[in-house]
Amino acid sequence: MPMPILSLITFLPLVAIPFVILIPKGLPGTVRNVSLGFMLVTFLVSLNLYFVFDAGSAEFQFIEDIPWIGSAIHYKVGVDGISILLVILTTFLTPIAFLGSYSAITKKVKEFAVAMLVLETAMLGTLLAMDLFLFYVFWELMLIPMYIMIGIWGGNRRSYATVKFVLYTMVGSLLMLVAIVYMYMKTGSSTFDYNVWVSTFTATGSAGALSVKEQVYLFIAFGLAFAIKVPFFPFHTWLPDAHVEAPTPGSVILAGVLLKMGTYGFLRFAIPLFPEAAAMASAPLMGLAVVGIIYGSLVAFAQDDVKKLVAYSSVAHLGFVMLGMFALTREGIQGSILQMVNHGLSTGALFLCVGFLYERRHTRLIKDFGGIARVLPVFTVVFLIVVLSSIGLPGTNGFVGEFLILAGVFKEGVGSVVEPGLVNWRNFVLLMGVLACTGIVLGAVYMLSMARRVLFGEITNEANRTLKDLKAREIVVIIPVVAMIILIGVAPGMFLNKSQVTVNKYVETYQTRIMKKRNEATATRNDKAMKMLIQKQMQQQIQQQMGAAIDLGDVQWKVGPYKKEGGEQ
Amino acid sequence: MEIKEFLAIPWIVFLPAIGFLITGFFGKKLGDRVSGYIATGAVFGAFGVALYCYWYLLNEPNAETVYAYKLYTFLGTGFLNIDIAFYFDRLSAVMALVVTGVSSFIHLYSTGYMHGDRSFSRYFSHLNMFVFFMLLLVLGKNLLVMFVGWEGVGLCSYLLIGFWYEDMEKAVAGKKAFIVNRIGDFGFLLAIFLLLMYNHGSLDFNSLEAWAASGATPVLNQTNMTVICLLLFVGACGKSAQIPLYVWLPDAMAGPTPVSALIHAATMVTAGVYMVARLSFLYVHAPIAMAVVAGVGALTALFAATIGLTQRDIKKVLAYSTVSQLGYMFLAVGTGAYAAGVFHLTTHAFFKACLFLGAGSVIHAMHGQQDIFKMGGLGKKMRITQLTFLISTLAISGVPPLSGFFSKDEILTMAFLSETAFPGLYKVFWLMAVVGAFITAFYMMRVYWLTFHGERRMGEAAWAKVHESPFSMTIALMVLALAATVAGPLGLPGEANIFHHWLEPVVGAYTTTVAHASHAVHYGLIGLSIVVAGCGLLAAWTIYRKGPEGPAAKLAAAAGPVHKLLLDKYYIDELYNLIIVRPLIGLARFCHRVIDAVFIDLLAVNGSAFAVRAAGVLPRLYHNGNVQRYMFAIVVGVVCLWIVL
Repeated sequence: MPMPILSLITFLPLVAIPFVILIPKGLPGTVRNVSLGFMLVTFLVSLNLYFVFDAGSAEFQFIEDIPWIGSAIHYKVGVDGISILLVILTTFLTPIAFLGSYSAITKKVKEFAVAMLVLETAMLGTLLAMDLFLFYVFWELMLIPMYIMIGIWGGNRRSYATVKFVLYTMVGSLLMLVAIVYMYMKTGSSTFDYNVWVSTFTATGSAGALSVKEQVYLFIAFGLAFAIKVPFFPFHTWLPDAHVEAPTPGSVILAGVLLKMGTYGFLRFAIPLFPEAAAMASAPLMGLAVVGIIYGSLVAFAQDDVKKLVAYSSVAHLGFVMLGMFALTREGIQGSILQMVNHGLSTGALFLCVGFLYERRHTRLIKDFGGIARVLPVFTVVFLIVVLSSIGLPGTNGFVGEFLILAGVFKEGVGSVVEPGLVNWRNFVLLMGVLACTGIVLGAVYMLSMARRVLFGEITNEANRTLKDLKAREIVVIIPVVAMIILIGVAPGMFLNKSQVTVNKYVETYQTRIMKKRNEATATRNDKAMKMLIQKQMQQQIQQQMGAAIDLGDVQWKVGPYKKEGGEQ
Repeated sequence: MEIKEFLAIPWIVFLPAIGFLITGFFGKKLGDRVSGYIATGAVFGAFGVALYCYWYLLNEPNAETVYAYKLYTFLGTGFLNIDIAFYFDRLSAVMALVVTGVSSFIHLYSTGYMHGDRSFSRYFSHLNMFVFFMLLLVLGKNLLVMFVGWEGVGLCSYLLIGFWYEDMEKAVAGKKAFIVNRIGDFGFLLAIFLLLMYNHGSLDFNSLEAWAASGATPVLNQTNMTVICLLLFVGACGKSAQIPLYVWLPDAMAGPTPVSALIHAATMVTAGVYMVARLSFLYVHAPIAMAVVAGVGALTALFAATIGLTQRDIKKVLAYSTVSQLGYMFLAVGTGAYAAGVFHLTTHAFFKACLFLGAGSVIHAMHGQQDIFKMGGLGKKMRITQLTFLISTLAISGVPPLSGFFSKDEILTMAFLSETAFPGLYKVFWLMAVVGAFITAFYMMRVYWLTFHGERRMGEAAWAKVHESPFSMTIALMVLALAATVAGPLGLPGEANIFHHWLEPVVGAYTTTVAHASHAVHYGLIGLSIVVAGCGLLAAWTIYRKGPEGPAAKLAAAAGPVHKLLLDKYYIDELYNLIIVRPLIGLARFCHRVIDAVFIDLLAVNGSAFAVRAAGVLPRLYHNGNVQRYMFAIVVGVVCLWIVL
């Protein structure tokens, strides 16, 4: 039997827990170092995964499949091009966030370390699970350590924030559980296997397939859980509260990895399992994504608290991720996967920087700073690089992600001139692309305004005059992230090629179906439009009492073939 | 066209990058002197390599030969196919030489100018980084590399404008520059995406040119091309400070003066002109877009010049002058006279850099004083600065045989005679440009005279400190003044135009044809240029001969509200503040405090949570553990059921 590398990655953090617990009281340093050691080993193992992963295959790799509960529920894990980068992102960010907590978390260190380790396992399990039951277990497991982290080491309003965070997320998750159970019943209570579900539920014409109506309800149930997690406008208001109250490492993990679970969920489950429903939802979802981009940027612009500003910027960035995903082109999806990683790095780094400031001044209000570039030169350089990556400057990762996403959106939109019949849909997509581009301008507006007010100008607050620049440990924490920001920005190919084949197959599989569905929807709309047009012309002609035939010119409405097939309503 | 791989090309770009990395990481350890040497040496090295490549290109038997070098594939998704690659044709050769040449001497000048600044090495690392990105911009083989450079120079501009960031005003100016540029980049980016899709995933200039020539239907129609070209021009407006996005450039004068000379006069701001010239194969399909480019150029040329008439800050005058001169370049490329536009770009790089450096030399001597009304008579103590400034003043005014005469005259002639789609319209543009030329000569003479001649208007203590700048600074002035003097004959009118012939293989096919006109018309136009320049200079001299008081003050008083309008720059900043900045802030606050806080969070989210809790209140009253009450409820229930059934 080959080495179970995925289980190794997933459970190595859990293995650390007994060791950590057995460390006697009064040795917080040992607790930290042992935990960090395990996290680093996990990272190294996952790095190995990067090299042994076969980028030429679109299938799941390193599958482990063990019967777990009864015959239906299996412990089944696997990795493919969609999840591999996110897995490595998780193992990369966890030790960084943990190392960043050394001075922020001074009480109950042992409990904190355990929470971090459990959280890491839960996140990795969520990304790797190929059994829907297993996925759900890990999905809910993520909540608990996060709840504890904000609840114990959080700020003053932490109980409000945690209750809001947990209840809100749970509401969504429960609906998803109902949906999962329904689908399990639909399989004849035989399996939770992802691959089996995808093939049986989406096989057109077979008895086990979901009807479009079923798809829509199930898509809503899954989609709501994911949308809340993303957080997708307008389900985002738990995020600023959670971030402001969370301790720095909590924020880093929350923004860096946890939010990605929502977008990942859409990509992994909601689209493949319910392609027709996803097609019907793609227009409203893209619309909301664009609203999220612009709205998130605007609200970020109005913030006085750096951490809240960064939280709202996440709403905007994840709007980009969702936009690219639902364009359903290769570029859009690749871009959205890369942008998930980018957002993890950039926003994670931003929260680390905010943490550095908070530890020095115990405030996060923009007006309490100003002019600190003079006393904190190293911090300033780092902070500026991170800010620039967040606004998508070329040479940083943010540019590559946004470029790919927008290229994907425009690819979907520009095709309109080639294929008639899709004009409405494609013009809509084009409009979304144009509006999303304004987000790039707005991003510069709020981020640079914040950077200016924090870093530049004269020092107005005497307390800032004596601040110490970054310590060695802080530099060790932030430099790897900055290095990755620039590496992805300069050479994105080495990351994109991991997901390329999987994404190409993904798009091939779903695009045809989704296009067809969109065609139908458009055809119905066009059909109505044409009927109205004819009526109008008839009336005009009757009024004018002209006998000439109706000349529709080159109006190319697509009516024929799709009208008969579209019988779902 | 023949494309050859040429290994030296990337080194033009690498050398400043290496300089940036060394001075950026180790600048503090190396000390100021060494950092300055390294940075300056790196750019001189790049200049040397550019000359070497140019020499080889010059000796190629085939005029259409292009040098290229591919580093690696940046994005290859099967559909997208974008490389990091460089491209050295006759147009980018001119740009590379101008950029590295002018940069070299401005670096040298800076070693003197920035001497003793506490952030000396940071300055030089930023300056090197700028040269790196600027070279990416001009040497990129595709639009993406160009865009990377395009935004990169914007970043450097941001960092260098706000170089003395402790002054909040300077930091704000840097941010403003970046954001206004981003608005332009919004258009550029949209155009890039459209081209990327129409051209099936490639942004290479070669393939775009082939696509544009292919007449691919149905996408290659005039509407699409006009949209694309206008979007590209939005980008150019941002970077090259044209109406309505010029507002950042005057504020950008907050940066150190050599930065103003390099970035905000000679190189970065001309990127938009370069872009239009580079993409001339697209503009040729969009006559309406061309007319817009020319019209905006002519309008900007005139508009900015009028503001320059009244400004008192020497750098502000030069800034508006730059905006105005860039307008001339856009008039040229909008006319389809690409060679003329690029030629003016080149000569302008020389004389405007010289003017800015001269202004820097003056400011250096005056210890930060920038108000020309408080100068006067400086020529006595600063002979070299005065002379080089005079040469450049005459060059920009268009006095023969200096370079500015040839380049500006060519633009005016082309605008007048070119067979464009809208000849009448272009005649109007020509007239605007001629009036602009008069004003240019006027305000330049005004600045020159008020600075270097007449009575001294500063205190004795300040006068005592005035001194000529060190050799590292004056050498740059002299070299640039020399270049501004001798570059002219490269662009002799008519068939002898060397510059024109040089660019022929790149833009020749897209250049608008010139209407046949008699010699009398040609000579008349040339004569008019000379007369206009002479009148402008003479008028300024007459009015400002006695300093800012006397006739000048009377004229200002007589002009009254017009003078005030010009002095306050037509209140454009105030207008933008009113119609864009404030509404945006208001909208942001409204989204935050009303939509987010009240509607979404309070009503929808917490409201539903409250509703759930409220729904729990009633049942909780009954579930209080009182068995008698449970019994009572059961009895009532049974009775009800019995009645109902």
